[in-house]
Order: sequence, then structure tokens, then C-alpha cells
Amino acid sequence: MKKDGRSYLGVEVKRPRVAFFELSSCEGCQLQILNNEATLFSFLSLVEIVNFREAISSRSDEYDIAFVEGSVTRADEVERLKRIRKRAGVLVALGSCACFGGVNQLKNRFDDLEWVKREVYGDHSVETMETQPLSAFVEVDLSIYGCPVKKEEVEEIVTNLVLGKSVDHPRYPVCMECTAKGNTCLFEIGEPCLGPITRAGCDSWCPDNRMGCWGCRGVADEANIPQFREVIRKHNIPEDVMLDRMECFGGFRHILAEMKEQDEKGQME
Amino acid sequence: MLFRVFARKELETLYEILAVNHMVGPVSRGMSKEGRELYAFDYLYDFQDLRLDFTTTTHSLKPFVLPFQETLSSFTVEDGKWEKYVDLNIYKQHVFFGVHACDINALNKLDKVLSEQLYPDPFYTGKRRNMFIIGIGCHPQPFCFCRSMGTDTVLHGFDMFLTDLGDSYFVEIQSARAWDILQQIPTAEPDEEDHRRFVESVETRNREFSCHVDTSDLTKILDLEFQSPVWEEWGGQCLSCGTCANVCPTCYCYGVREHVDLDLQSASKIRRLYSCNLIDFAEVAGGHNFRPDSSSRLKYRYYHKHRGFQEAYEEPLCVGCGRCGQACLAGITVPDVIASVRGQEEQDE
Repeated sequence: MKKDGRSYLGVEVKRPRVAFFELSSCEGCQLQILNNEATLFSFLSLVEIVNFREAISSRSDEYDIAFVEGSVTRADEVERLKRIRKRAGVLVALGSCACFGGVNQLKNRFDDLEWVKREVYGDHSVETMETQPLSAFVEVDLSIYGCPVKKEEVEEIVTNLVLGKSVDHPRYPVCMECTAKGNTCLFEIGEPCLGPITRAGCDSWCPDNRMGCWGCRGVADEANIPQFREVIRKHNIPEDVMLDRMECFGGFRHILAEMKEQDEKGQME
Repeated sequence: MLFRVFARKELETLYEILAVNHMVGPVSRGMSKEGRELYAFDYLYDFQDLRLDFTTTTHSLKPFVLPFQETLSSFTVEDGKWEKYVDLNIYKQHVFFGVHACDINALNKLDKVLSEQLYPDPFYTGKRRNMFIIGIGCHPQPFCFCRSMGTDTVLHGFDMFLTDLGDSYFVEIQSARAWDILQQIPTAEPDEEDHRRFVESVETRNREFSCHVDTSDLTKILDLEFQSPVWEEWGGQCLSCGTCANVCPTCYCYGVREHVDLDLQSASKIRRLYSCNLIDFAEVAGGHNFRPDSSSRLKYRYYHKHRGFQEAYEEPLCVGCGRCGQACLAGITVPDVIASVRGQEEQDE
């Protein structure tokens, strides 16, 4: 890490070399970071960006922190990810695609991936495999959830990384942040919402705008799934509506598997 | 105690006299899917938006005195030195126009913890000292159990309290400021007919209470039932989402975190309210969690409200507004939980 004389409370602060990469994704999470003009200069003086396809043309293979956006859908991406892992001191999964597979993993619910490929690409020869999060192939040091990520949260996390402070994600569900705003609960007006079981940290971005939560940050710690299914039933919301949302970003993958197992067990009894 | 009556049409004049301040009052937030009108306390810009006929608000007044998030201090950092700034965030007096007895009692309870201690909280106390409160009589809803909590009437903590007598308002005056302001509109000494109508309205309201909580010997019963299986049952339903604490007018638990600005030249200490139902509420340095399961967290919420606070202040930390039960998606309500602890479920049905 480079020393450039910066300090905080008398303690010298190093300016890390930071690289941004994208695998299969819309690059929207990286755009979020560029999209904060008010703080962009401060961000650039806090870290030295050496790789950022959306923002700069120079390239470097020497970096301390790698932010990787996107999911893994091709064999060459696996190789690239492994190379990044080798070079980076800290590897950060940036956004829901990198953390859980994201919207891309929706294709995994089809049994026949060859059929999916034909449907989407026709006769074009495109190599594609089952969508996986980064953690399926390399060790991930830090996850930043969200589709897209929330720029204020990324800035806070990067500041904490530079200062050597701990990075803590909320472990509670979105409801906590939503009710703190004085919002009318969307269930009151008949809107489905995954808020009660989804990890907070987004500052209830969607419910604030009267759109029910789709669970992009994945499942909250110890989410009470059986009770949530009861809530959905009580509000006459079809279970399919809830399942669609839980499948959307991949952050409920293990929960859905458990639910399926339990339901099958229940049917057998 | 001073009482006056004034004609219904004078209410708007009273509003306009006070409207040089920030005005806060009950407003409509539209309809629920069942066709129930939803209300909130919000800033008022027009007398026509004021809905003194409101049932109850989904959220309490708490955000105006104890915001969910508040910057306690900010710092500038330069050349290894730092300077601290404190802003109590009070710029203008707030008038709260139309507050039910339960919510005024809730503020009085918060005062005991946040203002009347050896080290008062200046952020809360500053806001409290800059409030002018106009109370308004209510119509008890099916979920209101304030009578059981002793908070259906209020004796202090407001400036004036209005009771709707139809064509006039009966007003109870508690502060010199309220007296002075009422000099600006025509008021009269209540006559015998006004007395009769006031007493009648009190009795009509009393008959409307339908929800009760048996609080006799509750602190002892909670002690005895510490191991009761009902806590497991309620914990099993709890979503651990913190909604109950956010809508509660008396929940005040918070955490403070440090935020360093991106340029590393300034920082702030930020207070955020927290809920004892959240998974890491009782997690301490080193990672040990004293209440890792939802049943113990829910239980301690009840122990604080109805046992600990009761023993410390001889009153519960609950005003029976019923908001937590109404807001809880899992349908956990205070009357149901306390009845189950007392083994009274069957008597209720």
C-alpha cells in the first residue's frame, strides 16, 4: 500500500490500490459508485483506483482490494476470478449477483440449461453454464449486498476498510428500517413484501417508494420463514407471488430448498 | 385547574394564532385494504388537513422528540487535532395539535427516563421543553387498553386539553402560555350545561372501552412465570423485526455508532434507536449473545415494560395504545400475551 501522508486522528492512513471487475452483470453496481458526484473526488482521494472499466482506460494487475461485480456463468470467468483472488489482498463481492448469483441465477430453475440457451441465443454459439456466486469458486472476504448496491453504504464500507474498522451488516430485517421511517406497512394496503425476512441495510429503498421488497439482500439472520408464510396466507397473497420474489436474486436459495423439503415431507405424512 | 369553553368555529382561529410555529397534528394517510382510514402525526400546513376525529395513528409522536436517527455530535479533524460540535436540533417551537391522553402519558414516561435523571438527555429534553401540546379526547378503539395501564386520562404534561362537546370545545388549561393564547379568542366560563355535557362525554367514552388487561399482581406473576412455555410459543411467532419498538411511544433503547466522512476530515456520532427484539440486541463484545432466541428477546421486552419499569417507577412502560399489536404482522398483542402468561386465554374466549 502506498503512503501519502494522510492520517486520521494522528494515525497514518494508507491509500489502498483498488480495482473493479465485472463478471456476468449489468455493471449497474459499479455505475452506482460513479453516480455520486458530490463525493466522488473524496472517494478518489481515499483510494487509488487502478482498474475500473467504466471510468478509466488504464489497467494494472497490482491492487490491494478487488471489487468484483457479477455472477459466474462461464468457464473463463472462473479462471479470471481465480487470478483476481490471487492478486487481491481483500476480495469484495459487489452486489447481489456476486453475492448470490443475482437475477442471472433465475435460469438455474430450468432443468434443461441447453433448452434455455437455445431459447435465448438461438443458433449463436455461446458458452454458458449454471450461474454461481463468487463464493462457489473462491474465498470472499466481504460481501456488499443489494441490487444495485447502495452507494452510501459502499462509501461507508470502503472508509471502514481503509481505517481498519470492522464492517458490520445489519442482521435484522428491512421492517426495522421501514417502520423507522413512519411508512405505512405495505401489507396494510395489500401489497406483497419480503421486508419481514430480508436483510436490511438498504434503508427500505423500495418500500419507501411503495414497492414491496423483492429480497435483493438475501435472507436476514434467523428469519422466521414459517411465520412469514402464515402472514402471506393471512393477507390472501398467493404463495407463488412470494416464491417468485424469493427466487429472484438467489439470496434465499437454501431457504427455498428447505421449504421444498419440508413441504414434501408434509405431503408424505 | 382552569376550565373554559369556546365555540367550535373558534378552533380554526386558535390554529391560526399558533401557526407561526411548526404545527404537528393527526392527518389522514389514506385507506387500508379493508377500508380503514390510516392516520399519522405529521407537519400541518393547512387547518383543513387536521383530523381531530382520528382513531389512532399507526406511528406515535416519538419521532418528533426521539428521532430514529440523530447526530449527537460532529467533529472536524485536522493536523491531528479535533474539534467537537453539538447541535441539539431545536430551531423552532413545535405545537402538537390534537394528542390523545395515552400519547401525552407516553411523553411523561419518557421524561422520567430521559429528562428527570442525574444526566438528562439534552437532545430529548431540549425538544420536550420546546413543545406546546394541545390534547384531545378520544374514542377508544377495540385494541385500546389504556384504562388497564392507568393512562386513559392525563393530569400533566400538556398545555391545554380539549373535549368535544358538539357545538363547542371544553378546554382544560394547564399552562400560563395556554391561558395567554386563549385570551386571543372568545371563551367563556363553563356553565352547568357544559359541566353536564362534559361528564356525559366522559361516561360515553368509558362505555366504549372493550379491551382490558388484568394487571393485578402482574410483576409477581411475571416473576413466577419466567419459565412458562408461553414465552416459547410467542417467540416462535415473533418475526424479530423491531416493528413493535418503532411504533411504540415509549421504547427508547438506542445504539451509538461513529461515522467517518470519506475525506477523513470530519466524523460524527450517530444515535439510532434499536429494538430488543432484534437478533443482536444483547450481543456483547467478543460475540456472546445473551438472548440468541426470539422467545427470550420477546420475554425481556415484556419484563422491561411490565415488570422492571413498574418496580422502578411504580407504573408500567406501556400506555396501552395498542399500536404494537396493530402493527405486528404476526399478530402478537399485549393483551393476548399477558392473558396467556396469566393462564386466562379461555376466559377471554
